[in-house]
Amino acid sequence: MKPAEYYMRDRNWQPPALTPNYKTSVARSPRLAMISLENTVSEITGPRFGHEDLGPLDHDLIRNYATTGDPVGERIIVHGRVLDENARPVPGTLVEVWQANAGGRYRHKKDTYLAPIDPNFGGCGRTLTDAEGYYFFRTVKPGAYPWRNWVNNWRPAHIHISVFGAGFTQRLITQMYFEGDPLIAHCPIVQSIVDPGAVDQLIAPLDLNAGIPLDSLAYKFDIILRGRRSTLFENRLEGN
Amino acid sequence: MPQPLHYLKETPSQTAGPYVHIGLAPGAAGFEIFENELGRDIAGPDAPGERIRVEGLVTDGTGAPVKDVLLEAWQADASGIYPHAEDPRHADCAPGFRGWGRVITDFDTGLWAFDTVKPGAVPGRNGTTQAPHISLWIVARGINIGLNTRLYFEDEDNGADPVLGLVEQAHRRDTLIARKTAPGHYRFDICLQGDAETVFFDI
Repeated sequence: MKPAEYYMRDRNWQPPALTPNYKTSVARSPRLAMISLENTVSEITGPRFGHEDLGPLDHDLIRNYATTGDPVGERIIVHGRVLDENARPVPGTLVEVWQANAGGRYRHKKDTYLAPIDPNFGGCGRTLTDAEGYYFFRTVKPGAYPWRNWVNNWRPAHIHISVFGAGFTQRLITQMYFEGDPLIAHCPIVQSIVDPGAVDQLIAPLDLNAGIPLDSLAYKFDIILRGRRSTLFENRLEGN
Repeated sequence: MPQPLHYLKETPSQTAGPYVHIGLAPGAAGFEIFENELGRDIAGPDAPGERIRVEGLVTDGTGAPVKDVLLEAWQADASGIYPHAEDPRHADCAPGFRGWGRVITDFDTGLWAFDTVKPGAVPGRNGTTQAPHISLWIVARGINIGLNTRLYFEDEDNGADPVLGLVEQAHRRDTLIARKTAPGHYRFDICLQGDAETVFFDI
């Protein structure tokens, strides 16, 4: 069997390892070139997850850590599809998210920001895409967050997103930003991405159609994973 | 202008940040939320093979341990079979073998460790055989896009491995070889930058 390989990553589109304005990258970026590897079974396979791995509220950040009431903040739905570069859905794949609360405070023992913890908000969730690659979460919109980089750096409101895809080579972690946030242009982590079109791909637009009147706003965020190369000797070239 | 190709573009990566544990290992962040935290058991209790423990440190370009790293491992079972439909032999994979694990470093020491079974050799490209290896993916604050590397074992025959063979400088191949420290125990340190820099792959 000849495995169908994944398209190579566009390393001009992806952020480079060394981006000195994001200071921590200076000592944590390799100086030598990566060695390019053609796919083997080790790369085209990857972990699979099922509904038995998840709990019933794992996708609902408004409910999954609430004890005395709902968390404080702007109620939102984040939804979209996981597709590959050929615009084909990636079904049954695990999507995990984590974020700060409405005030920009993370529930993490290393976060010492003075904004308070919300007793009813944990800040993480996970779900599986359906047969069409669709996913959604319910949460509150995270607040901006200060960090020690430049003297006065603030992260834009963002949600961290982790997605697996079908093969280990598609594994990806990224961050979703919100349409219209003026901090996006000032953020050295966002600007680790060189191509402005690639930055746009991380900005979720407001999606009034997906919101719930008198309940929640919605933002739409599609996630694109690497596509797969044509396999020779099939009737139709895969992906073409 | 030529015709457009119409491929979508891969979503750009961003750093996992210092609080990656909240989403991917919330117990380590300091709270229990999920009934089942994923990635804690690579092999399951019933998979045959040699039970091993691998531990190591990730160091940065100054030599300091990176204490907020998250690693994921992906490997075949002791017979060299992946639990995935695209491995032609997947129906014969060991029962309960997941093949995937997720570990974080200790916040104080930077040490990480995982327990698994030693993988078997798996097929390579064009009829070759790959020496037993574990694929690793490393994310952390300061790492803009996850780093891929491989862990091989010093007590296996690695001489004909086609991937190691791609590493031009022989001494750099050694950065991919886990050292046996005791029966069933291996040490695999990862150096992100500098003289002993680990080989990373663009897969």
